Parts: sequence; C-alpha cells; structure tokens
Amino acid sequence: MIIDVAKFVSAERLYWVRLEGLLDRIESDPESRLDMAGIKELHYLYERTSADLARVSTFASEREIRVYLESLVARAYAEMQETGRRESRMRPISWFFTAVPQTFRRRITAFWLAVAATTAGATLGILVTVLDPASKGALIPFEHLRISPQERVAEEETGDEDRLAGHKASFATALMTHNARVAVLTLALGVTWGLGTIVVLFYNGAVLGAVGMDYIMGGQREFLLGWLLPHGVVEIPAVLIAGQAGFVLARALVGYGDRTPIRARLRLAAPDIVTLIITVAVLLVWAGFVEAYVSQHHQPALPYALKIGFGLVELAVLVSFLAFAGRRSGEAA
Amino acid sequence: MPGGKTLTITTPEGISFSMPLAGPISRFLAWCIDCACVVLLGTAVGVLVSLLSIVSGDVAQALGVIGYFVLSIGYRIFLEWKWRGRTLGKRLLRLRVIDVQGMPLQLNQVIIRNLLRAVDSLPLFYVVGGVACLLSARSQRLGDLAANSAVIRQPRAREPDLRQVLPGKFNSLRDYPHLCARLRHRATPQEAGLALRALLRRETLDPEARIELFAGLATHFRALVQFPAETTEGVTDEQYLRNIVDVLCRGSEAREDRPDGPDGIVA
Repeated sequence: MIIDVAKFVSAERLYWVRLEGLLDRIESDPESRLDMAGIKELHYLYERTSADLARVSTFASEREIRVYLESLVARAYAEMQETGRRESRMRPISWFFTAVPQTFRRRITAFWLAVAATTAGATLGILVTVLDPASKGALIPFEHLRISPQERVAEEETGDEDRLAGHKASFATALMTHNARVAVLTLALGVTWGLGTIVVLFYNGAVLGAVGMDYIMGGQREFLLGWLLPHGVVEIPAVLIAGQAGFVLARALVGYGDRTPIRARLRLAAPDIVTLIITVAVLLVWAGFVEAYVSQHHQPALPYALKIGFGLVELAVLVSFLAFAGRRSGEAA
Repeated sequence: MPGGKTLTITTPEGISFSMPLAGPISRFLAWCIDCACVVLLGTAVGVLVSLLSIVSGDVAQALGVIGYFVLSIGYRIFLEWKWRGRTLGKRLLRLRVIDVQGMPLQLNQVIIRNLLRAVDSLPLFYVVGGVACLLSARSQRLGDLAANSAVIRQPRAREPDLRQVLPGKFNSLRDYPHLCARLRHRATPQEAGLALRALLRRETLDPEARIELFAGLATHFRALVQFPAETTEGVTDEQYLRNIVDVLCRGSEAREDRPDGPDGIVA
C-alpha cells in the first residue's frame, strides 16, 4: 500500500509524540503505576501507533519512520504487558506450606534421580574406603576429616573449651553461604542437560560415603550419627532438592517424550524450579544454625543420644512436611 | 538494525516489530557497573554492621557475610524485578531484560536467569555465558535460554527529520505526471529508500562524498525515466534527487496541495 507520507506523518505524529512522552514518564520512574485514565491512554496510543507501524511497514522507503515507530511500539508493548501484573497478594506462609510440598511431590521422579546419583557416589566412596583406605585423602576435601576418626573423636571429646565460642554466628553463616553456592551450582548445572548436576551429586555422595565408612570402620558410629544427623538430615535433603530442581530444568530442556515446544516446557517448569530452590535456601539456613550450635558440640557437653534424637525428630518433621503437607483431596499418597 | 541481531515479536494484533538484541560486550559492561554497585553497597553494609561489633563481633561478622551474599545474588534479582528488567548497569547502558515472546517478565524468570549465572560465569568472567551469547540466535546466555528471556538494547529512537517528506517544496518534475507515474512504477522500494536515506543523512557526509553520492544516485534515477531537459536544467544532483524522492514518497495526490511560493525551492 502506497501512502501519502506527508499527510500521514502530519496526521499521526501528534499521537507518536504523546506516546513517547508517556513512555518517557513511565520509564523514568519504574515504581510508578498508571491510573485507569493513563492505562486507557497508553492502550489507545499503543494501538494507534501499532496501526501506523503496520501501514508504514508496507512502504519500504520509510525506514527511518519505521524504526522510530518500531521503537515506540516495542516500548509500549512491554509496558502494556507489565502494567498491573503484580496485584496478587503474596502469602509466603501459606505458599510455603502448600506449594512447596505439592511441588516436591509433583516432581518426585527428579528427586529420586538425585537420590540415585548421590547413592551411586556414596557407594563408590564406601568401596574406595573399604578397598583402599589409604586413598580416602584423594576423595575427602576437608583437612580435618583426613585424620583418623579415633584421633578426631578423642580430640573433640576431651576438649574442655568450646572451640567455636564467639564465632558460632559467623561459622553458621559461612556454612550457609557455602552450601547455598553448592546448591545453586547443582541447580544451575541442570542446564547441561543434567550431566553437571549428576556430577555434583555423585561427588557429594562419594565424599559422604567415604567419610561415613571411615568413621564406621574406625568404630565411631555413635559419634558419626551424633555429629552428622542434627544438620545432615536437613542439609543432605536440601542438596538433593537442589539436584531435583536441576533435573526439572534438565527435563524441560531435553523434553524426552514430551512434544510440547521447549519454550512452553521451560515456562511450565520455571515456577517449580524456583519453588524448589527457595525451599533449599530455607533448609540450608536451618542446617547452618544447627551445624554451628548443635552438631559441633559433642559428648560429654551434649550427649549423643540427645543429638541423634534431635536429628531423628527433624527428619520425621521434614519427611512429614514433604509427604503430607498441602495434600489435596484425591492426591495419590 | 544493521550489524546486530534482532528479536522480532508479533503482537496479538498481528503487528510485528523488531528489537535490537544486546551483544556480550554491552552486557559485560553493564555487569561491571552492577558489580561496582554490589561492592559499594556491600561496603556500606559492612560499615553499618561493623557498628554492631560493639555489642557482638561474631554477630557483626555473620551479618556482614550474609549481607554480602544476599546482595551479590539478590541485587540483580530485586532490581530486574522492581525495575522491569533493568538493573542500574542496564539502565545506564539502555539495556533491558524481556521475555522472548514479549510476555510479562515473571519473577520466576528473573530468579532463574540470575541463579544460572553460576554456570554462565564459569570458568572466569562469563566465558561460558559470552560464548553462548555469541552462538545464540537471540544472544542468550544459558540463564536466558533456561528462563526464556533475552536482553535488548533500547536506543532512544528520536523522531526522524521529516522535513524532507513534508510539503513545502516546489518540484518541477510534477509538471509531467505521466513521467512521475512511470518513475513510481519503475523504481523499487529499495531504490526509493536508498534515495530517501541519502537525503536524510546528507548533512553527515563529507562534502566530496556528498557530491559523489548524489551524482551516482541522480545518474541512476535519470536512467530509469528521462524527464524533459527543461525540468532538470540548472538543477543540482541533490535537488534532482530531492524531487525524485518527493515524487516517490508523496504519491500523485501531493500535486494538489503543492505550494508555489517564495519559500519553495525552484528547480
């Protein structure tokens, strides 16, 4: 369609200038929200400028005008989609007790996959420790875990003073941030079609298996349970749930057996991934405090039975929460 | 947009528009600005919590660690969510995160694209993200791919100089409407666009380049349609091309509202 450019520009440029001014105003103050009259005006100007763009697009010589109108329409379109989207009230407590367990159960296959990867790693760690105890140093990254379990237990149980006195809070936050970084990496590596997530979980499992077997072989089973259970029953599931989130992402990317387009799959998976990773963050905050304030205190200061009992209670609460909370009527057990 | 990738979105009304995508360099610069902001804010938080060390050094240190961690992850998430896809660095460089389909950018997308920086930033300085960005048709790093987002440039497109297409100039070619019609018939939209762009940008050209360009274009258009000699006598190549563009852009109806006054250029 050939149009009379001069007439067209003269008639329409008033609307373009108005739209540009309105967009400048909105963008200069991102916190502002348009009132109803403003929304109506934005909508009208957007529709009119879109129509102008459609008209001018048919005339190839008007490149400058087309670029200008495209810029206006693009900005207006983004604002049209953005405005008024955040009206729904956030109810974090209600969300946590319903959406979190529901999401966990909905994506339970990914969780079992994370458990399988960790278990495989743990098996390797156990085998390495049993078959070649001297090589545990290559598997265990932490210096204080490389000494023999008997030495460490003797050291921990005979120490009169609290080694963490005056540093508990900073120790707890250091644990939280370190574990959070590992969890985020575990999730993020889901983008490698889950291969990176498997590697991280497998390695975590291998370290866990090697350390656990080392203490069992050293006859320090009670110390091991008393040391690991209070924070481990929360921290290990947290890393597994991070792996679960990574596998949910990987599943959406790979789309095996799912004919939905990749963008739609990712769009569907996104809320679940975010729900799971927020759950991980909450669990790691709890685990960090428990590790700093409970796990590092040993018998006689804190009896192992009490620590083990505390860990079992935590585990029962966590399992109950994930298995039963927010259950809808008709949802499979 | 010449020289860069674009993201084309078609609205439900059937209107298509393109947005220039941000390349890895501009994004890296925005990232650097944001990093500087995080460091500054982290320092400010550190100074504030250090006041708490009077009460408890341990608590102050813990708050400092957790504060910096939350800032380093939360700064971009918070600002991209609150400022509709922009952090301070992105605002300064006129970049914006958008949904690839033009849908509203969801908080979920903002969180995922920022958490996946853990992979994009590997092994150092966003090498993985930068390579992904270069290879991707939509200049997406891995976080953008997973979050269905893209980063666009929002250069301020000023209203073009429309004086060349608005009425007010006398055009001797219009005395020969049949030849004008033939010109419109023979000239392709690309040729018309080229001539118009040359006119719109003429002030930016070097004098010699300007003369050379308009001579070439005028020769080309003279070959398309031969106007009588009296219409082009004493007319510079640039004026001739202006008349050609007037014929091509304003259509046949413009003759009726043609002003013949002292302000018009008599060609």
